[in-house]
Amino acid sequence: MPESSGSLQGMVGVFDDPTPLLHMAGKARDAGWKHWDCHTPYPVHGLEKAMGLRDSLIPFLTISAGFFGAVFAKGMQWYMSDYDFPVIVGGKPLFSLPAFVPVTFELFVLFAALTTFGSVILFCGLCRWHSPLHDANLMLEATSDRYVVWFDATDALFEESEVRKFLEGNGAGDVRVVYNESDRRSVET
Amino acid sequence: MTGGGAGPTLDELDTLTGEGPGPTPMEKTDLQNLQPPPLVTRDVSLRELEDAIVRPVESFPTFRWMIGLAISGSLVVLLMVCLIITVVRGVGVWGVQNPVGWGFAIINFVFWVGIGHAGTLISAILFLFHQKWRTGIARFAEAMTIFAVMCAGLFPVIHTGRPWLAWYWLFPLPNQHHVWINFRSPLAWDVFAVGTYFTVSLMFWYTGMIPDMALLRDRARNPLRKLLYGILSLGWRGSARAWHHYEKAYLLFAGLSTPLVLSVHSIVSFDFAVSILPGWHTTIFPPYFVAGAVFSGFGMVCMCLIVLRKVFHLEHVITIRHLELMNKIIIATGLMVGYAYAVEFFIAWYSGVAAERFVFLNRAFGPYAWAYWIMVSCNVIFPQLFWFRRIRRNPWLVFPIVILVNVGMWFERFVIVVTSLHRDFLPSSWSYYIPTWIDLGLLAGSFGLFFTLLLLFCRFAPVVTVAELKAVLPNSHPKHAGRLERKRGYDA
Repeated sequence: MPESSGSLQGMVGVFDDPTPLLHMAGKARDAGWKHWDCHTPYPVHGLEKAMGLRDSLIPFLTISAGFFGAVFAKGMQWYMSDYDFPVIVGGKPLFSLPAFVPVTFELFVLFAALTTFGSVILFCGLCRWHSPLHDANLMLEATSDRYVVWFDATDALFEESEVRKFLEGNGAGDVRVVYNESDRRSVET
Repeated sequence: MTGGGAGPTLDELDTLTGEGPGPTPMEKTDLQNLQPPPLVTRDVSLRELEDAIVRPVESFPTFRWMIGLAISGSLVVLLMVCLIITVVRGVGVWGVQNPVGWGFAIINFVFWVGIGHAGTLISAILFLFHQKWRTGIARFAEAMTIFAVMCAGLFPVIHTGRPWLAWYWLFPLPNQHHVWINFRSPLAWDVFAVGTYFTVSLMFWYTGMIPDMALLRDRARNPLRKLLYGILSLGWRGSARAWHHYEKAYLLFAGLSTPLVLSVHSIVSFDFAVSILPGWHTTIFPPYFVAGAVFSGFGMVCMCLIVLRKVFHLEHVITIRHLELMNKIIIATGLMVGYAYAVEFFIAWYSGVAAERFVFLNRAFGPYAWAYWIMVSCNVIFPQLFWFRRIRRNPWLVFPIVILVNVGMWFERFVIVVTSLHRDFLPSSWSYYIPTWIDLGLLAGSFGLFFTLLLLFCRFAPVVTVAELKAVLPNSHPKHAGRLERKRGYDA
């Protein structure tokens, strides 16, 4: 446990089994926690529902970007083949709709996939190099074979003794308090 | 981990049957007999599984690995030499001549793109069909896709003759001539198809690796290693909120890759089918090429995995059952390819077109009959051995057969390209295409490049998706998750 004088960041409970984590998550959700999260080595079935997470926005963004890509492709082919420098090839019409289908389809997929990848980085909170869990050396457990729940000190419900009682009462084998060691501000949501 | 023998599927059964106390021990055994065989054949904990998979990444390279790298690295040197000669002296150093204007370059291109298709099939299509056995082999097959497409992309670019100018020949870039590329040409479609395929496969592969990179980061003791994997993992923390979005995105990638992979080899086949040459101008080409691509790709995946599971001691993760299932796909796609060969002949006869009939008779009995019969025996006859369970479950017998599949599929492209061209409409220009040593060097070198990249991949990333494999272990999911949800009404 860190002994430094840094500010209180939050508390973690470490579970050895996903079942109590899931039960605990349901209770925390019903209690109205906002700034908390579970960290697991793989996606645990049902956890997103137990935590009350809303549906992801990614599918909507992906399909929108796909259609944008398709319109872009059609527009590009029209501009280049029909408008900017019209060249008759093989007696085909300048705007050869069937021949323009493959590129349109490929750009649909390309735009949709690029957007999906960008959304993963954005929504999963990636490309952020600092997290209190790293400082507390908890990440190896969370990416290997244990299940960690994090309660952030910024939450209105946060009360050290209450959280400890809640976690211990719900089967967390190990409860730790995490302090900010590096004095950098970082909020885990 | 809790004890108890019930796996997640049993729990699903439990939730279906209602809110009772769950099956009695006796029922459990009965139900377990109905379960599919376990994906990981040894009883392991999450930590043990992880240790087994990341061992090659975290230990010093073995002697065998270095020998392998030395051999494939030498072939890369050969590739470099042949590339330099080609670029300095021009494509005239190749065997291509007047009627056979497309030679090894296009053959190798189609061959390598086809190899890549198995990776996408395993990672995307089997994912959409909930084939959980794909977990053990998906990462490696995806890596193969990326490297195969890199090898493929090399050939059209050098075939342009002056690759440093290829930018505005291939892509619609503004240039001083003010002329754009011809969007009615299947070669331009190819650029978009293969370019998109590479980009999307790379993103799909990398997205799948992020959690495992985080695992390597957290296990790393060396600070440099920690930094490197820290950057590659993009700061992944395994948060449930992140997993929620991540799983959705992974599904979308699979959904996008599925039509993409079918489109890529269809468009590659349009390079031939859209022309008016007898032997190429056939409507069966798109499905025939896609089936052939999956066939050869699975051959390559199977070949590499047989070596890999032995060398890295992953027999309990990449099991005999995986090999067997892949061999079943090989026999299915092999039959499709054989059917396509037969239909081509039938249509040539049925069409009544003299030139078409001539090309197919010439293919089977002309000067290149040797290539045609290599193709038929390797692709249609030898894979029939996989009907025997004992053969398809024996790695020592599977290995030579899948090598023959790859030989046969390379010859298939050779037959399609060369036999259709070498005797054109004007008998005075007929000739016999012979590759030069530079052609052969480029082919061997592309294999070198492929295996070098694969060997490096095995050293720097886990060859099996650890996070996904953990999730398919028994006991890795909460007990009675479904029932709990219903009781508490967690369906926000």
